[in-house]
Amino acid sequence: MQELVRTIASALVDHPSQVEVNVIEGEKSLVLELKVAPEDMGKVIGKQGRIARAIRSVVKAASLREGKRVTVDIVQ
Amino acid sequence: MKSIEIAAKTVESAVETALKELQVSREDVEVEVLEEPSKGLFGLIGSRMAKVRVTVKKTAEDLAVEFLTNVFRNMGLSVNMNCKTDNGYINISIKGTRLGILIGRRGETLDALQYLTNLAVNRKTEKRVNIILDVEGYRKRREETLNRLARRLAEKVKRTGNKVMLEPMNPHERRIIHTALQNNMDVTTYSEGEEPYRKVIIALKNAH
Repeated sequence: MQELVRTIASALVDHPSQVEVNVIEGEKSLVLELKVAPEDMGKVIGKQGRIARAIRSVVKAASLREGKRVTVDIVQ
Repeated sequence: MKSIEIAAKTVESAVETALKELQVSREDVEVEVLEEPSKGLFGLIGSRMAKVRVTVKKTAEDLAVEFLTNVFRNMGLSVNMNCKTDNGYINISIKGTRLGILIGRRGETLDALQYLTNLAVNRKTEKRVNIILDVEGYRKRREETLNRLARRLAEKVKRTGNKVMLEPMNPHERRIIHTALQNNMDVTTYSEGEEPYRKVIIALKNAH
């Protein structure tokens, strides 16, 4: 799941090497913290969060099989 | 990525030979000069051929398939992809088993993935391309469903005289509804609300 977020984010930003995904694992949940270069923030959020919403949608689909609630947080 | 190295008397002739061998045109490749030619002393001692590396650039289609392959691998899905390009549109049809999760409710996941693919590819291409993803013929089936829905609701509006509001749809799906009823004698269609909650309304022709 972590790799999925990294793959998508890296394809969207200008500085793929600065993409970081941290995992915070709970019993029934998984939080993925996505961190990108400050100037790339817009590239993973988009107008009115459209890109962030699309990323979450794909990640949610992938998580259905794992039976865990997965959330993607974009952090600074 | 396809790439070859060619040596010749001049850089230009080396590039020309490479293009012939790869059967592509100059715009489709990147050229890297590995060695400049030198005539040497009196054209005899130490003369050197020009050497170039010619690499075929990735097409938008290559970039899209590469991105999707990575995404699917990380989703644990094994799929087959089939690309067809026609007038600026790259249609990628995806086949495999248990791909329902790729479609999502009302195609939400498919639309999200399509949006991300377009962003990822258009960052790297000079010309804007439009990529359309389809999973197991979903888009075609959805279009038929929407056409039927439109006709059924038009009948209802005609019978009752009340307007009908459809659920929120994306621009593509709204257009399918508008198109399905544009020649209908009894009803008219228009959209209301803001994206992404914009909805189509079907109303009696002289009622609004």
